[in-house]
Amino acid sequence: MKKYTNTGSKDTRSGFGDGLTQLGQTNENVVALCADLIGSLKMDDFKKNHPERFFQVGIAEANMIGMAAGMTIGGKIPFTGTFANFSTGRVYDQIRQSVAYSGKNVKICASHAGITLGEDGATHQILEDIGLMKMLPGMTVINTCDYNQTKAATLAIADYDGPVYLRFGRPKVANFTPEDQTFEIGKAVHLQEGTDVTIVATGHLVWEALLAAETLNEQGISAEVINIHTIKPLDAKAIIASANKTKCIVTAEEHNYLGGLGESVARVLAENAPTPQEFVATKDTFGESGTPAQLMEKYGLNADAIVKASLKVIARK
Amino acid sequence: MLTKTNKSLITAIYSILLPFYNTVLLQLKNQSTNMSDIQKLEALVIQVRRDILRQVHKVNSGHPGGSLGCAEFFVALYQEVMDRKEEFSMDGKDEDLFFLSNGHISPVFYSVLARSGYFPVEELNTFRLLNSRLQGHPTTHEGLPGIRMASGSLGQGISVAIGAAQVKKLNNDNHLVYVLCGDGELQEGQNWEAIMYAAGNKVDNLIVSIDLNGQQIDGSTDTVLPMGNIQGKFEAFGWDVINIEKGNDLEAILSGMKTAKAKTGNGKPICVLLHTVMGNGVDFMMHTHAWHGKAPNDEQLEDALSQNPETLGDY
Repeated sequence: MKKYTNTGSKDTRSGFGDGLTQLGQTNENVVALCADLIGSLKMDDFKKNHPERFFQVGIAEANMIGMAAGMTIGGKIPFTGTFANFSTGRVYDQIRQSVAYSGKNVKICASHAGITLGEDGATHQILEDIGLMKMLPGMTVINTCDYNQTKAATLAIADYDGPVYLRFGRPKVANFTPEDQTFEIGKAVHLQEGTDVTIVATGHLVWEALLAAETLNEQGISAEVINIHTIKPLDAKAIIASANKTKCIVTAEEHNYLGGLGESVARVLAENAPTPQEFVATKDTFGESGTPAQLMEKYGLNADAIVKASLKVIARK
Repeated sequence: MLTKTNKSLITAIYSILLPFYNTVLLQLKNQSTNMSDIQKLEALVIQVRRDILRQVHKVNSGHPGGSLGCAEFFVALYQEVMDRKEEFSMDGKDEDLFFLSNGHISPVFYSVLARSGYFPVEELNTFRLLNSRLQGHPTTHEGLPGIRMASGSLGQGISVAIGAAQVKKLNNDNHLVYVLCGDGELQEGQNWEAIMYAAGNKVDNLIVSIDLNGQQIDGSTDTVLPMGNIQGKFEAFGWDVINIEKGNDLEAILSGMKTAKAKTGNGKPICVLLHTVMGNGVDFMMHTHAWHGKAPNDEQLEDALSQNPETLGDY
């Protein structure tokens, strides 16, 4: 097994903020908009360094998305920043018409996604955003797993011409992917090679998947771990190849199982290589207040849940 | 306020005078070398009305009422008011930009775009047909020159225009950004987010015109959702407001928009309240919401076209 080391826990939103800071220095067309959450989104440095390219829109997300769409006319690359809930559900029609249907080069950057937002509770813990965004024709959907990957993704999406939804989170989590990585949109990352079960994970669940693979290894089970950071377009080739090898699959995500990564994987497999699958995800429910660790445990979104799902799916082969 | 009787009287007088007026215009077209600029624009307005009516009649759908009410405005904007390039580019650098927020009046937009040279006039024949670039509501998706943003779901145009206007400033491009919104459309909350932002951030290279025809799908704006003092609301938000009382009079529009342009660059966004008559130019379509989203039948089309004799040639 490959050994992965947490080089020091960091929040993924700081990866976004630091990526944006770097973009400010390297790409003069990058502009940033924020709806009264500069500190939470870690956009302070960009604002300080490039005040003329930073737009504080206030608590008015619909206007922010519309403005971002308009800013692409004239060659700018707008990055919008607010919580995932206010980046998607609140402004769905604005994204649908002014960004996706209009084919605008807007980067919708969404922090505090999922249940690990924690104590603020269900009003802010969106577990439906991946589904909302992946259903929009032409929208690229990315959910990063750690600080380094989020920073790399932030840099990469500036070079991609088209609408992107970039999803990341609030808590400090293990930082284990390479600092100098090249982020390839739509390309799966193989973290562990295995033969008995495939674990496909995205976002905060990737580190949990690696921990689960270690536990399974101790039980003599060889788990393949694939990080899918880009849910759309999905790396179908990588998923099909692995499913053909291990003959069973577990998907893991901090999202509702309706509309998430798991359903995208299930569709690809149903069409190409029908495979028993278990879903580590929230099960059509809202979240609640609590610490991130408590919530991950209660809603079955941690390494233990992935181990259990793996054993269950292996038995179904 | 006009009473219903007065409105009927005006409509009756208008319908009697209209054929004479249009006949004169037709004669003027035949002596086009002698036509004044305003007469040329008026001839174009009549042709645009015919385009609108024929587009919606052919597919028995679309929105003639608001389209007819804004024919003069669109002609003035594209022929005289805007500084625009002949060749369309999405970025629109170094030229004025226009965004249509109330996308349902696409028939007038398409007609004026075609007759301003953005695409062949014959393409108006494809309005709302399968595989057409002229979708029911305007879109960039099919690559129709002249369109920079999809619209149809209401209330989004001002935000988009603010973004484009801010980028003009970033790019040191001194050109202006124009938007047209319906009055009923102002019921959408996003507008007021945008209106607040534009004033608060001194977006003074932006001219938002409101098509103040007082009608929406379910009836008059006053019966559906009274919006009170629209001018007062814009002013309270910090906008400079001007009125074009005769929003179907080309000279009044040209003069009003000249005033609006002169007010730009002074720290405030500009709102133009364009007082129009829905269905203008077709007597039985005027002063009612009935023709908001309904196409004329064969007889009605013939009647409407007879009130607007061909000037520049049908497509």
